[in-house]
Amino acid sequence: MTDLAAPADYVAPDQNDPAVRAVQEDRLRAVWQPPSGWFFRWTDVNNNRVGVWYTLTAFAFMLFAGVLALIMRAQLAVPENDLVTANTFNQLFTLHGSTMMFLFAVPMFEAVSIILLPQLLGARDLPFPRLSAFGYWSFLIGGVFVTGSIFFNAAPDGGWFMYPPLTTRTDLSGLGADIWMLGLSFIEVSSVAAAVELIVGVLKCRPPGMRLNLMPLYAWYILVVAVMILFAFPPLIAGDVLFEMERLLDWPFFDAARGGDPLLWQHLFWIFGHPEVYIVFLPSIALFAMLIPTFAQRHLLGYPWIVLAAVGTAFLSFGLWVHHMFATGLPKISLAFFSAASEAVAIPTGIQVFAFIATLWAGRVIWSTPLLYAVGSIAIFTIGGLTGVMVAIAPFDWQAHDTYFVVAHLHYVLIGGTLLPLFAGLYYYWPLVTGKKLSDRIGRTAFWVMFAGANLAFFPMHLSGLEGMPRRVFTYPAELGIGGLNMASTLGGFLFAAGVLLVCIDMALSPTRAKSPRNPWNAGTLEWLAHPDDEDWGIRSVPLVTSRYPIWDQPGFVDRVDQGRFFLPDAEEGRRETIITSVIDARPIQVARLGMPSVIPMITAVALGSVFILTTYHLYWWALAGAVATLAAVLTWLWTTAEIPEKPCKPIGHGLVVPLYLSGPSASGWWAMFITMMADATAFSGLLFGYYFFWTVHPDWPPPGHAGPGRFWPLVALALTIASWAATVGARELNVRGAVAAARVLLGVALLASLASIAAGLAGPWTSGLVPSAHSYPAIVWTLAIWTTAHAGIAAICQGYTLARSLAGRMTPEYDADLRNITVFLHFLLATAVATYLTIGLFPELRA
Amino acid sequence: MRRLVERIRRLSVSLWTLIVPPTVWAGHFLFSYLWAALNCAKAGRFATFPTLYVAGTVLALLLIAAAGAIATVQANTPGDPPPHEQSTDLDRLRFLAVATQLLAVLSAIGVVFTATPVAFLTDCR
Repeated sequence: MTDLAAPADYVAPDQNDPAVRAVQEDRLRAVWQPPSGWFFRWTDVNNNRVGVWYTLTAFAFMLFAGVLALIMRAQLAVPENDLVTANTFNQLFTLHGSTMMFLFAVPMFEAVSIILLPQLLGARDLPFPRLSAFGYWSFLIGGVFVTGSIFFNAAPDGGWFMYPPLTTRTDLSGLGADIWMLGLSFIEVSSVAAAVELIVGVLKCRPPGMRLNLMPLYAWYILVVAVMILFAFPPLIAGDVLFEMERLLDWPFFDAARGGDPLLWQHLFWIFGHPEVYIVFLPSIALFAMLIPTFAQRHLLGYPWIVLAAVGTAFLSFGLWVHHMFATGLPKISLAFFSAASEAVAIPTGIQVFAFIATLWAGRVIWSTPLLYAVGSIAIFTIGGLTGVMVAIAPFDWQAHDTYFVVAHLHYVLIGGTLLPLFAGLYYYWPLVTGKKLSDRIGRTAFWVMFAGANLAFFPMHLSGLEGMPRRVFTYPAELGIGGLNMASTLGGFLFAAGVLLVCIDMALSPTRAKSPRNPWNAGTLEWLAHPDDEDWGIRSVPLVTSRYPIWDQPGFVDRVDQGRFFLPDAEEGRRETIITSVIDARPIQVARLGMPSVIPMITAVALGSVFILTTYHLYWWALAGAVATLAAVLTWLWTTAEIPEKPCKPIGHGLVVPLYLSGPSASGWWAMFITMMADATAFSGLLFGYYFFWTVHPDWPPPGHAGPGRFWPLVALALTIASWAATVGARELNVRGAVAAARVLLGVALLASLASIAAGLAGPWTSGLVPSAHSYPAIVWTLAIWTTAHAGIAAICQGYTLARSLAGRMTPEYDADLRNITVFLHFLLATAVATYLTIGLFPELRA
Repeated sequence: MRRLVERIRRLSVSLWTLIVPPTVWAGHFLFSYLWAALNCAKAGRFATFPTLYVAGTVLALLLIAAAGAIATVQANTPGDPPPHEQSTDLDRLRFLAVATQLLAVLSAIGVVFTATPVAFLTDCR
């Protein structure tokens, strides 16, 4: 597009000259200066701060949920105890599970990745720093809202999987169900935001030379897990939509009396819920993949095997969800499919463990505290894995289902597969964040206390479960003979908590300790370039990477980075920048200008949070005002992005000159749009699944007597959506050829077509008088129509926004990222409209 | 034959080709689920011989075998000695090819695991 050449008068800086380097450092320091002031310090967007806030918040939620567990264990210590009431106990276990999963395990992975990923990739920051900040504030608001409810005796009490009809009937469950549904939906938004950030980060922000085969394994795992979030969370969001429609508007999706089916919720929940287990497990394994080579002092063995394991586990984990539903009476042949996949997933999981053992075997092992945690957690995880293979066999599961055997299994898996590995990571990476090591003595003591505590708490649960103790009971009779086992579990639980307390004390003592040397573990990967007295700029210069362990293998590597001898050693224009590279081979293709500290992400999070929170209390008009405020905040935020640079390209050192602006499939913004839309399309397919699920399980559905929305209006709506799509694509093509005026006209036409398609899409169910509260059929038809027309509304906003950008001179034939990005949205809208309107318009006619 | 091998080695390799075998597994799994749901829940019967199911399974295995075979040829591209850990086109190709090959093996096992129950169960119970 432009001639890539440095200006004629450009003289490359002399990195041998300390004075030149000092000036560069001053400029970098000024640009990356964090905001100050009691309020404005919280508007920072730099990953090293946001990541730390995120981590500490998730850790605090973990401690909170742990205290809830201790209260439960105290209640269960002896038979027929009355420490807490049954009602309180229900709230305790629901909030314990929900908090650990939604507010600790998943956010902790995102938080740690936000800290580590730019360091691992030699990037100055992630591609969308403000998005990370938005994700954090959403997480904080949603998390406090959900956990705070227990202090008002209003916490959710239906179990962490919230099965209807117990939770959808407003006479059986109170506000807690709405708090769970809406509060956690809000947090799911922040999880998807983090997933977008991390995927684009891994694919586009690697340092030059770091091809896919040299990527740190942590980055591979992050990529895989973030993609899993994209496909796992949206079905739950779809389920949440249906669930709240039933609770707030009485649309009977899960009410069997009116053609609904409670099992639909179970399907949607577990399509999320089982991959979720691997979403929280794989990042912990990723920590092992970083620390095991360090303490074996050699390259990790079987790199492609680990990638196989990560990718294979990710896929297989989506074929396991029905193993949570073995006792629901599905056809046995279906159960057998899921049982088979559940056994198959043990293969890749085992491969990873063997690769780690082989690396330790082949290396010179240093028995450090982090390695102790890693090895201990593999032992605990393996026990949980073995009982997992047992409960994956349907006939065994029918015996153990809903007993403490399952409680024992899942806690072995999560403590061995998530919690203890995170403590390993804590001890390993603490020096990276604070510049100081934690105490080996306290760390090892804490490990053995936790290791003993976990086994004492959870091993007896296998036996109490087999003796017949059901899950989620607030007490049990002495005659059952499980008092001793429960007392042991309680003692173990408190012992485990004592270990966690020791870790907290160790962290609290950290400020009193001396700084450790740089790279204290003698590791080989890029993140250990970090200096104990770190600057906020992330990395002094972006290196050329030619090895998986550059600090070990590339001679003089650390000095060359520090002296700015690699790429982008300066911030001449006073902008925060990082290098964008190509996906497969990491060739530099752009210098991206990053977002500066801003209050906008926080405002957007508050506005969006208000929509969810006000809806919980049925304050719909206020919620609508919150939605308008959210839209305004998002548009204000967007307006500052994709800015046209003051010059087309800039030199980054070593004779390389790269553009400052990209649009289309090579740009990070395009990828972010594509990835977000993948998540959106997955949520939609969850709703569509609902339609066909009802059709499958009912002998005649749509039911006789319920006319559909007819053919006419759905087909008109489809035609209008096609017109909107075609006009947008046409506008893109005309714009790039310089026909700006014609492109603007087409964008206007597209906008009108989008608006008209909303009216036509709703006219079908409206004119045929479909009453959504009457039956599941009209309810799901309305839901599909509303979903699709809401997306048409967003398309109209996109088209109007792009038209405004064009008129304001912020989008031109050469700089057309906005138009290319909204075209991606339109492609997905088209697919959604085709699926919706053909289903609701034609499908009922096709049934025999 | 040599010409074919050369052509296969020139095929482009990416993250998309890496996930072909597990995507086929996922497609087959979805097919299995839908086949069982439609046969058992909707129609309430089980075909005497599940011709459609067997055909779908054979097709899935053939696709996985093809992806695996291409990856094997690519993984065996001659060149520098191991370990293949350099920042070169060749080592990147080898890495993606080996990972694809391994995923093909895992996916084939997955498909066989999934299909096994149909061979043993003769009705929907």
